[in-house]
Amino acid sequence: MSKAQIGQPISRLEGHLKVTGSAKYSGEFNLEGLLYGYVVNSTIVRGKILSIDSASVKKIPGVIDVFTHENRPSLAWFDMQYSDMDAPPGSPFRPLYDNEIKYYAQPVALVVAETFETARYAASLLKIDYEAEEFDSDLKKNTARARDPKVGLATMLKPLPPKPKGDFENAYGEADAQVSSAYWHGTEHHNPMEMHATTTFYEKGGKLTIFDKTQGTINSQLYACNVFGLSFSDVRVIAPYIGGAFGSGLRPQYQLFMSVMAAIELKRSVRVTLDREQMYSFGHRPPTLQRVRLGATKDGKVTALNHAAIAETSQFEDYTEVVVNWSHILYPVENTLLEYQLVPLDVYSPLDMRAPGGSTGLPAIESAMDEMAYKLGIDPLELRLINYSERDMAEDKPFSSKELRECYKQGAEKFGWAERKPEPRSMKRGTKLVGYGMATGIWDAMTVPSRAEAMLDKDGKLRVNSATSDIGTGTLTVMTQIAADEFGLSVDDVTFEYGDSDMAFAPIEGGSFTVSSVGSAVVKACKSLREKLLKRASRMENFSLSDQGMSQVRFEKDRIVLSESPLVAVSYFDLIADNNGKAIKADTTSVPNPLRLKKYTRAAHSAAFVEVEVDEQLGVINVTRALTAVAGGKIINPKTAKSQIVGAMIWGISKALREETISDHRFGKYMNPNLAEYHLPVHADIHELDAIFVEEHDDIVNPLGAKGLGEIGIVGMAPAIANAIYHATGKRINHLPIHFDDLL
Amino acid sequence: MADIIFTIYYSEPGQDIDLSVTENMKPFKYTRATDAASATRIAAENPNAKFLAGGTNLIDLMKEDVERPDELIDLTNLTLSQIKALPSGGLSLGALGRNTDAANHPLVRQNYPLLTQAILAGASGQIRNMATNGGNMLQRTRCPYFYEVSMPCNKREPGRYEGASGCGAREGVNRNHAIFGWSEKCVAVYPSDMAIALSALDAIIKVSTPDGRERDISFADFHRLPGDTPEKETNLETGELIVAIELPKSNFAKHSYYLKVRDRASYAFALVSVGAALELEGSRIKQVRIAMGGVAHKPWRARKAEDYLIGKETSAENFQLAAAAEMAEARPLEHNRFKVELGKRSIVHALEMAVRGGKS
Repeated sequence: MSKAQIGQPISRLEGHLKVTGSAKYSGEFNLEGLLYGYVVNSTIVRGKILSIDSASVKKIPGVIDVFTHENRPSLAWFDMQYSDMDAPPGSPFRPLYDNEIKYYAQPVALVVAETFETARYAASLLKIDYEAEEFDSDLKKNTARARDPKVGLATMLKPLPPKPKGDFENAYGEADAQVSSAYWHGTEHHNPMEMHATTTFYEKGGKLTIFDKTQGTINSQLYACNVFGLSFSDVRVIAPYIGGAFGSGLRPQYQLFMSVMAAIELKRSVRVTLDREQMYSFGHRPPTLQRVRLGATKDGKVTALNHAAIAETSQFEDYTEVVVNWSHILYPVENTLLEYQLVPLDVYSPLDMRAPGGSTGLPAIESAMDEMAYKLGIDPLELRLINYSERDMAEDKPFSSKELRECYKQGAEKFGWAERKPEPRSMKRGTKLVGYGMATGIWDAMTVPSRAEAMLDKDGKLRVNSATSDIGTGTLTVMTQIAADEFGLSVDDVTFEYGDSDMAFAPIEGGSFTVSSVGSAVVKACKSLREKLLKRASRMENFSLSDQGMSQVRFEKDRIVLSESPLVAVSYFDLIADNNGKAIKADTTSVPNPLRLKKYTRAAHSAAFVEVEVDEQLGVINVTRALTAVAGGKIINPKTAKSQIVGAMIWGISKALREETISDHRFGKYMNPNLAEYHLPVHADIHELDAIFVEEHDDIVNPLGAKGLGEIGIVGMAPAIANAIYHATGKRINHLPIHFDDLL
Repeated sequence: MADIIFTIYYSEPGQDIDLSVTENMKPFKYTRATDAASATRIAAENPNAKFLAGGTNLIDLMKEDVERPDELIDLTNLTLSQIKALPSGGLSLGALGRNTDAANHPLVRQNYPLLTQAILAGASGQIRNMATNGGNMLQRTRCPYFYEVSMPCNKREPGRYEGASGCGAREGVNRNHAIFGWSEKCVAVYPSDMAIALSALDAIIKVSTPDGRERDISFADFHRLPGDTPEKETNLETGELIVAIELPKSNFAKHSYYLKVRDRASYAFALVSVGAALELEGSRIKQVRIAMGGVAHKPWRARKAEDYLIGKETSAENFQLAAAAEMAEARPLEHNRFKVELGKRSIVHALEMAVRGGKS
């Protein structure tokens, strides 16, 4: 029997394919006769299309067709049919539906040609006349219009703020110390390295095989079927490899619509790829204004908490995220007022982006806590401990597990927090001011229903599958580890297949719930397969197992053996032979037990520690080192886990100091839709980063005890950096990103 | 998002190809020049032609539909890449020499370390390997209103916007824009790092003219402020070709420094940059040159600061007063007020570093 694979730092199984360029992405599947579509986007923000001169573009040799709202096929009528697993309440955007323009760069036409170049060139010549109307895209100017969000299915996973408790205003007024600060979080775009692409193979009889960049193959399948009235059995969606998504693939994006539409209409295979600028024409992290007011006693007990947010949404959907609720889950305050409102503007609907809401809200609450610590003369870490929540007071429930205290302790120790001098501007290194900052992180440990299929294939090998995607996080590797342990095998003897809507149902991959949800389904499917195999074995000669239970056998690489007399065995080969040479399958659904889970608040926690150097003369800020300590339950693979956390920390540096989509609201347009001007960190910006995982045992969250690590690494970094900058310079900057010139 | 595609059709040197038959691209003529004389002659005949050297900027702009030349004159067959010591003690950089080679040439490193630092502060290794010295002088602004064809821009489309200013950035997103010498028509800044060092070093641009002559343009007279004609960025006449950049002999090698302040540690244009060069007698300033990038439509020579410092001691106070004198005339826009204070501090920082020979 192989040693346990869970807990081993195994390198990504598909890593070599990716680094050698042999992994094929959705826009790289070719076949003869493939057509290429190029999308034309609107150049106005709001108004109507008066006319589109498709005829002259169609004359260009090589152009096959031009699709617009005027000649598109008939589409679904009802909003519900355009909804997907991540659709917020409202009316989802419908590409090419009518002549109405709702936001800048809305897709208005698809030019299909024999080559990509011809399609792109022809698209540049398509003349469109618009009637432009007034628009407004500026959140800051429209806060007076803020209103409560609509409630819908999406709000189940993203609860609105809890009701107020106690009497905030009174408690705040009477507090020994008060902090009141406003925060601005700018717009961000996902910017995955791989841009969205869909290749639709049109097969005999109209069947479609769709290679789509998506975080949910079944989500895309449902969308394509609902919108175009196709039968599920005729549509298969495959997402083999994904070059980063970060939420951008949680909803079916318009390249899927365009590719499928053109394939059906032309009865040909069609690829549609978006360019980098078009990656700014759907979905983004919404700009958000926040206010935090804290009242505390002089010994640091927070007695009053108000966290209010006003966020942008589109005119057609109420996109929401959990921005303010975290404050109260983290801190057990008696008097609370948590508020969250939206302002609909003439933009596309915002879209979940790594740690949606958390990475917006935590910077506000954790900067406010830091400010309170300095006000009271209490170490910021000590203030967190004074206000440590042993029980979730927001919901009045216990935590399923919470080793945040250990994160603080081990993180502080490894980072050297004790060397921090309390006063701002008190630490120097040459001409640089040095600052230490810390912040807390929290993210839900969700589990959603998921399926997996385990089988002993006709060669007697274990194969497991689920339709889930691997967005680059290591899903393939950890699922293989989980399955291997169920059979006591090494990962080399197990094949995990994924990213295909023909496989066992899986939800979209996001929200840090994949290991928990799909992993649990894999465990269950493997258990079920073992039982099935054992039952079959017990019917065979030489293996008198009639009264033997699972506990009396061992599953080995190629056989089931009796633990007590290992010579008595049934080989997998014989089991398959007994099944007439066919694979033996077990397909199961893992449904979390809501009644049990509902009794607990389930969350991963983290503590981020950051050192910055600030050039006193020029203000230039450098994150010289950072450490994040994570309590994320059982760590399935320390290597991919660390990679997740360190990657998220880099993004935290980016959020804090670099990236922002800049708008010119006179034109309703993003002004830096490219990687030259949308500043992500470069190698020279990244220095010493480390992540540690504290022991955390959790029997509640799921059978694996794993909480998911996709978002927990990013949420605490930005506030820890802002707090370190305050410690270095004495300047508190409450907007993200922080530019060096804020410090001049 | 409109875009054009082009295919380069190779031809024998000197031979023209008529590309009007190709239908899946905006047609342009591709000509391969054999020498400077033929290049300038062809360019003089066609005002819509563009010289093509490294292509690191021009081809990007063609893809963005900003530049729409109807003819490209490929210069890469010309023998203009040598770096030569001049009898006068200076150095000549061939216009087609690659930026990487200029930055790393022993004579440049030894006598003009300011130039090495400035070149290496720009772009990326890959781009510097392609980009030429002459082409670097002709880089166009990275103003987003210039780059996005659906936005108003007098530089991209001169004459289209009568009445209103026609400059999207004037009242728009202008954090990266000019604080000196801008006009209502244009507030863009010139992006080159290399040129800031050349400005400080009083380089000379050697030009071949269509009638077969050569002429010199002093660096200060090469680039222009926007005024009413922001589309005209240099004083090159139609058809004229840069053949070399000459660096006069100077005594700045011991005390020079290029400071570039930007939003990330690499691969970003300067918000403010300062090329500072000093010739010292003890602690007295015998000669000083200060040029600034990221603040104007051309490399900005800080003449007021220079005038203040001549003959003075290298003290922090003098540097501050010199910087204040220069920046007093800055006219910031809505989003770039920080450049005034940053400019002051950057001048002081660069001068202090220059005094210490670049060592902090």
